[in-house]
Amino acid sequence: MPRWPGWIAVAAILSLTLGTLALVAWRAEDSFGLGSGLGPADWAAVRFTLLQATLSAVLSVAAAIPLARALARRAFPGRGLLITLLGAPFILPVIVAVLGLLAVYGRNGFVSQGLSLIGAEPISIYGLTGVVLAHVFFNMPLATRFLLQGWLAIPAERFRLAASLGFSASDTARLLEWPMLRATVPGAALVVFLICTTSFAVALALGGGPAATTVELAIYQAFRLEFDLSRAAFLSLVQVAICTLAAALAFRFAIPAGFGAGLDRTRQRWDAAHWTLRAVDTAAILAATLFLLVPLALVVARGFPALPDLSSATFAAAGRSLWVAAISTALTGITALSLALLIQSLRRGAQLVEGIGYLSIAASPLVIGTGLFIAIFPFASPVALALPVTAVVNTAMSLPFALRALVPALAEAEAAHGRLADSLGLTGWARLRLVLLPRLRRPLGFALGLAAALSMGDLGVIALFADPSEATLPLLLYSQMSAYRMDDAAASGLVLIALSLLAFWIFDRGGRANAHA
Amino acid sequence: MRFPIIATALVATNLPATAQDRPTLTVYTYDSFVTDYGPGPQIETDFEAVCGCDLQFVASGDGASLLSRLRLEGARTEADVVLGLDTNLTADAAETGLFAQHGMDDASYDLPVEWDDDMFIPYDWGYFAFVHDTSRVSGEAVPASFEELAGSDLSIVIQDPRSSTPGLGLVMWVEAAYPDRAGEIWQGLSDNIVTVTKGWSEAYGLFLDGEADMVLSYTTSPAYHLIAEDDATKAAAPFAEGHYMQIEVLGTIASTDQPELAAQFMEFMTSDMAQSVIPTTNWMYPAVTPEMGLPDGFGTLVSPDKALLFPAGEAARVRDGAIETWRTALSQ
Repeated sequence: MPRWPGWIAVAAILSLTLGTLALVAWRAEDSFGLGSGLGPADWAAVRFTLLQATLSAVLSVAAAIPLARALARRAFPGRGLLITLLGAPFILPVIVAVLGLLAVYGRNGFVSQGLSLIGAEPISIYGLTGVVLAHVFFNMPLATRFLLQGWLAIPAERFRLAASLGFSASDTARLLEWPMLRATVPGAALVVFLICTTSFAVALALGGGPAATTVELAIYQAFRLEFDLSRAAFLSLVQVAICTLAAALAFRFAIPAGFGAGLDRTRQRWDAAHWTLRAVDTAAILAATLFLLVPLALVVARGFPALPDLSSATFAAAGRSLWVAAISTALTGITALSLALLIQSLRRGAQLVEGIGYLSIAASPLVIGTGLFIAIFPFASPVALALPVTAVVNTAMSLPFALRALVPALAEAEAAHGRLADSLGLTGWARLRLVLLPRLRRPLGFALGLAAALSMGDLGVIALFADPSEATLPLLLYSQMSAYRMDDAAASGLVLIALSLLAFWIFDRGGRANAHA
Repeated sequence: MRFPIIATALVATNLPATAQDRPTLTVYTYDSFVTDYGPGPQIETDFEAVCGCDLQFVASGDGASLLSRLRLEGARTEADVVLGLDTNLTADAAETGLFAQHGMDDASYDLPVEWDDDMFIPYDWGYFAFVHDTSRVSGEAVPASFEELAGSDLSIVIQDPRSSTPGLGLVMWVEAAYPDRAGEIWQGLSDNIVTVTKGWSEAYGLFLDGEADMVLSYTTSPAYHLIAEDDATKAAAPFAEGHYMQIEVLGTIASTDQPELAAQFMEFMTSDMAQSVIPTTNWMYPAVTPEMGLPDGFGTLVSPDKALLFPAGEAARVRDGAIETWRTALSQ
């Protein structure tokens, strides 16, 4: 297998992450001498970023614990569907969720109207409250899946033993569940913290002025509003420092607990039969389901009546989003596959190359965008290149997930069929086509589906570069929202959800097709 | 400037050229200028009737974001003319080197100040003011100064000075009225501020929806409600410190491929035809009073005792510091 595509991918990732960072640092250095640096308001943005990320992480995990426990010890119809749904926020466009949250918690939303009926002040979703609320909406399901894995990793035999020893629910919690949580909670919380430090779209839509500005949003403001490249660059360096630290911590702590092996049997939980525990679990499941589904149901319910009035601007924006998603998905597939093949073929340095592939987890899209702007500006109009640039940055953001799916699958395929293929002299393209690709179909389909959905819903770099008349669908939706044209926004939101889910489904389904043939 | 309200703006921006053979003049402007109720449609019809061209307005956000957008695009911009900057931004705009000198004779403008600028010409002007609904806030409750406003429980919506010219105007207003205490005034105001919007349209929309007691707008805003909606309940609060003035301007991009059309449009915007459209569509005072005079409702408006304005050069020097003061006070 030729290695050069893999090396090209490595070079591309390095220039996108470290290269743009170097450009940004070089641009920031321009003004070191002038002593402009960061003002008190910028440090306030740093504090706000850390505060909201901490709150979001703590609340997401705190809400996830009862839900994960309920899902771990109850069997009920729809449990599988609910667990699948918990994965949905990951491919849901952020801006659509924000639209849904506004419909529930906004000034004219259900909750505020309910409060005004009993004479209470409506809640304000702008500022810290809204940012944390949206982050919990997105990350509570993620944390739940983390913790659920922890629960399911406790061998069923332990619970049998516990039952035979007459453990009560609190004994089980103390001796079995607590050690598992102690091992998984810090990792889950740090992953959520990391995600929230680079959150942009939520802060853009729900941040309320200088008091609720994240570093990522401050980069956007310095760049797009003030065209102060050196401030943007300074803030980018701060952002990279925060992300690197958070990522290093997350990797260090996100280690699963070792409970030893057990038979893979259904868990029977004798300790959880009491009706109060049933009630607690039912409440946890119902509350989480309502919390997650009502905002989305409202977007759908509001969007449908407005669908006939969809403007040509919406269709044009949807077309641009499809274009970006298609390019980004193709790039993600090619890059991830080349990298995975390279990693598989290397004897030494495989881990290093894989590590490079994960670099963009800690990178901020806006920092990459700022760097690309500095790189492009002398040669071409960045505004004219907004869509290709968005597709490239989206590729970088999807790559770690794609690698995570492909690398182990490729290793397995090689381990199982590599020697036979060697003995048949199958190399290069033929080996890839006949031996490896059929076995990579499922993970590749999943990875491409994820890339397509993420790119479809992305609102990041596009906001930095785009001319509003050349907006993608998420950007158009954001402009409609900020102009309070909520019906139009809901219709666009519905189209965007449909396109994102469809994009994911097509690829994921394509990967599963003929899986049993 | 800028009425009504929230907008069909983004939809209206991307209309394709209808006639391929006519030359196109591209004018960058702010959202509310091109809404169905704004001056855009009328100006477009009137100018296209005389120019034999296709006039295309491209709106992206509020006025201050126009300048950032131009900087982002640099000399490759497709704009021929930029309409909607104000004197707080003209010195910086001139410094980008993107604008051409207009070479027009000094028209006689009806502005409260002398006009002397070789790149930009004014098309309208007004005074910033906090506007309220007299059926909800009246009598003693109406603040008569920034300090009274800061000391009150009234909620206000303002605009981000980095993206919006009214937002910037407010920051300059506080700076002009309290050169040494601007930070303190902003800290006093911070608990009155419900939210900071990107542009004027969003803020005014929130105010009309009842989300705040007052909104930063213009002394001329009540004229819109009076004339277009026959509603006399909106009023501007006169402030003892005086009112900061806004003069809105347009200028030609030096790299334009339509210099004659651009010059013709500059002339047109100060002509009687365009100037008579301004008062009842942009809801500002016209830069040249039209022959038929001002519309009736304008006589009822608050007329400030004291007008504040930094000249363009000084405004450029003061601006960054004033915005930083605002950011710092509001971020704490």
